[in-house]
Amino acid sequence: MLRNERNFGSPRDRVDGRAKVTGAAQYAAEFNAPDLLHGYVVSSTIAKGRITSIDTQKALDVPGVLKVFTHDNRPATAWFSSSYQDEVAPPGTPFRPLYDEQIYYSGQPIALVVAESFDVARYAASLVEATYEAGAHETDLKLARAAAYVPPKKRQGMKPPASKGDAMAAYAKAPLRIANDYSIANEHHNPMEPHASTVIFEAGGKLTIHDKIQGVMNTQSYVSGVFGLPASDIHVVSPFVGGGFGSGLRPQYQLFLAVMAALDLKRSVRVEMTRDQMFTFTHRPETINTVLLGADKTGRLSALRHQAVAVTSRFEDYQEVVVNWSGILYDAENKQFDYRIAKVDTYTPGDMRAPGAPLGTFAIESAMDELAYAGNIDPLELRLRNYSTRDETTNKEFTSKELRACFQLGAEKFGWSRRSPAPRSMREGRELIGWGMASGCWEAQFSKTSAKAVLTSDGRLEVGTATADIGTGTYTILTQIGADALGLDMEQVTAKLADTTLPKSPVEGGSWTAASAGTAVQMACEALKKTLLQEAQKIEGSPLADAKYEDVVFANGRIAMADDAGRSLDLSDVVRHSGQSEIEEQATAQPDSKVQAQYAAYTHSAVFVEVRVDEQLGLVRIPRIVNAVAAGRIINPKTARSQVTGGTVWGIGMALHEESLTDHNLGRFMNHNLAEYHVPANADIYDIDVIFVPEEDDKVSPIGVKGLGEIGIVATPAAIANAIFHATGKRIRELPITIDKVLREAA
Amino acid sequence: MAPPAKATSAPFHAQTVSLTLNGENKTLQVEPWTTLLDLLRHDLRLTGTKKGCDHGQCGACTVLIDGERMNSCLQLAIMQDGKAITTVEGLAGEGEDLHPMQAAFISHDAFQCGYCTPGQICSAVALVNEGRAKSRDDIREMMSGNICRCGAYPNIVDAIEEVLAEQQSGSRHLEAAE
Repeated sequence: MLRNERNFGSPRDRVDGRAKVTGAAQYAAEFNAPDLLHGYVVSSTIAKGRITSIDTQKALDVPGVLKVFTHDNRPATAWFSSSYQDEVAPPGTPFRPLYDEQIYYSGQPIALVVAESFDVARYAASLVEATYEAGAHETDLKLARAAAYVPPKKRQGMKPPASKGDAMAAYAKAPLRIANDYSIANEHHNPMEPHASTVIFEAGGKLTIHDKIQGVMNTQSYVSGVFGLPASDIHVVSPFVGGGFGSGLRPQYQLFLAVMAALDLKRSVRVEMTRDQMFTFTHRPETINTVLLGADKTGRLSALRHQAVAVTSRFEDYQEVVVNWSGILYDAENKQFDYRIAKVDTYTPGDMRAPGAPLGTFAIESAMDELAYAGNIDPLELRLRNYSTRDETTNKEFTSKELRACFQLGAEKFGWSRRSPAPRSMREGRELIGWGMASGCWEAQFSKTSAKAVLTSDGRLEVGTATADIGTGTYTILTQIGADALGLDMEQVTAKLADTTLPKSPVEGGSWTAASAGTAVQMACEALKKTLLQEAQKIEGSPLADAKYEDVVFANGRIAMADDAGRSLDLSDVVRHSGQSEIEEQATAQPDSKVQAQYAAYTHSAVFVEVRVDEQLGLVRIPRIVNAVAAGRIINPKTARSQVTGGTVWGIGMALHEESLTDHNLGRFMNHNLAEYHVPANADIYDIDVIFVPEEDDKVSPIGVKGLGEIGIVATPAAIANAIFHATGKRIRELPITIDKVLREAA
Repeated sequence: MAPPAKATSAPFHAQTVSLTLNGENKTLQVEPWTTLLDLLRHDLRLTGTKKGCDHGQCGACTVLIDGERMNSCLQLAIMQDGKAITTVEGLAGEGEDLHPMQAAFISHDAFQCGYCTPGQICSAVALVNEGRAKSRDDIREMMSGNICRCGAYPNIVDAIEEVLAEQQSGSRHLEAAE
């Protein structure tokens, strides 16, 4: 593929930067419409049971209230729960808001108050009174796991790897043995922008929807399925998404409620969730891993067993990849994997930044650290001794794997060789110092994506695809790719995203967008260039009349002969001569099934952490982290570094702060606000050094890109826990590692 | 059915408030329960100021009131009589040069999704003016009222540090000139 790379591979400022720093960027709740109505959600106060009555009269009596929607008066929507399926739905029967009197979880939406103003809707919502007949609920995984089961229907590609040999027998004979449980608390995504939908009701009943969603096509097909509208009547436009991290993959209940109200009242409606309602749909599932390792005296693994059990809801079998990561990182003659889920009375968990990966990786990489101490082997050396050179879980070769280089460059940058091996052997003042490390991987996915490339008569290029930029830098990298392809400056290129009128794309997630949308844009640009040459050759007396495509270059807004710059045409002249106002081409990128059958593709990372632990106060600080990542080619080192930095901050949150605390008596997440649900604040974050290890990969995607959204978080929690052990001699196997656990006596 | 009376009618009494907003004098009728944040976002359509929690816990709604950084969700609109309020829209208008803090946020990639960004920037502008922050640790500590879920913190500190250093070298120039 022709590569004219002025921008690809170079740090570039975000093209949407000005919009974001001036407040001009518009998010879902910030679109307006004449006579816009405001909806406010009333949430259930019990976790299980049924509504016996719901009194809305007091709310209706408030001047300015138009209607209160409940299960009693909900307008007709699709009958079958399958109509509520969306692109990302796990197996099961999706939740249907206001469907009937049944309560499935605490905080379930039970009414929507619609009023002329937000203040009135909020006040009136406080007057809605529901009475319930409560049922017996269960929200505790430790109890529910007794009924855990292997999900009968798998989410695509989410099967644990096959077992091999006899892991238990090999474990019994092994000179070095580790067997422990490793658990991770429920977490909530908490993007800064609360979920919101603004539904604009237009003449003829068509809808324009501004939804907080990571894929506008998913919103469109969901609304179409639930409300029976043709897709052509549903225009979804969500140019800016204030963080998603997975919470915006599936359409959430505010969308349903806003569309329902708009169609019923024939008015435009906005429904915004409150921060506490952000705890009433989807979360990272509490997960308990059990890992068993057996190794010879040199640390070479002979037995590996990784089991996990995670929560799901009563109505859907949410699943994620937790145990597979062990088998991808390490091979053992005897191994066994098992993943089960257990039903509890909460909403269905959902994908949250690197779903499953940091959970399983925390377990295996903690266990490997324990094995290193048991065998008196350097933790980095132990990983090198067990380095997998092919993916035994899928029985495929890696497209590329530069994890060794991550280890080497990361260790050098960190100064790992200066580590004193014994726990509690490093100290400064009142702080114990610990150095820990871990490695991780994430699947480098590639999803079918279409894009367009349009050249206008003023010589500007527009590239577009329906995917989202949730802060990932998608606008910027697609602008870079387009500019390079046509030989234009980035200022002459506009990227359009998140609009259902654009060529189809899957949701933005799984770290596949840069590779997939990037390739699609590149292909659309290549198609456009061929068309432009053809049009150029139709011009009378064209200096390019006999040129072959291989012989021309696109640069400085012109098509020119590569060996004779004098023979050239201005791109805008080519468009004008074509008789059209613009020239457009589209292309669809899809994975090569032959390559996929033969190869497995992963992004890798090695994380090195220094912690400082105040033993008297139990406070943990993380003054520095080195996160060395091998992710193929990097399109924009500036935004890429931000992605990995952000992922690393998420890893710190998982390791030290984040936990959705449940009162099992009430069956409710209790810390449903940002004061009590701790996410890292500025003062928690010190130096994060991101290294991109060179990695050439011509198989993972046509542009050699692997994706970066997830990898930053994957190995970070394990590396922190390992560093805390090195500092304190205390092995803490439950995340988050809060002060009480640090102060707890060593087990 | 006739549309119900607008919520702004009796029995509640809207109050008159006069304030300066981004340099412009405004006289507004506000309900006693309306927060400054909702006034800005809903009534005045200045949506650059963000609602992240509505509880003073995240800082996304930070604006400058008489030059001081405040969570506008914890301020009632009715309390702003006579105050001068600056929102992110007031730092640089359409087509105008960016405020140095805005420019530094772009060049240091101090944001990702952009939702906390106006609050971060307003907070950072006030922080520099406060003159208390002397080190990266100070910046970290004094910017901890503004949560960034994307985790752009190291870049936020870089951006503020640069503006702080420029301002300090600028004031040294001034001293030298005197």
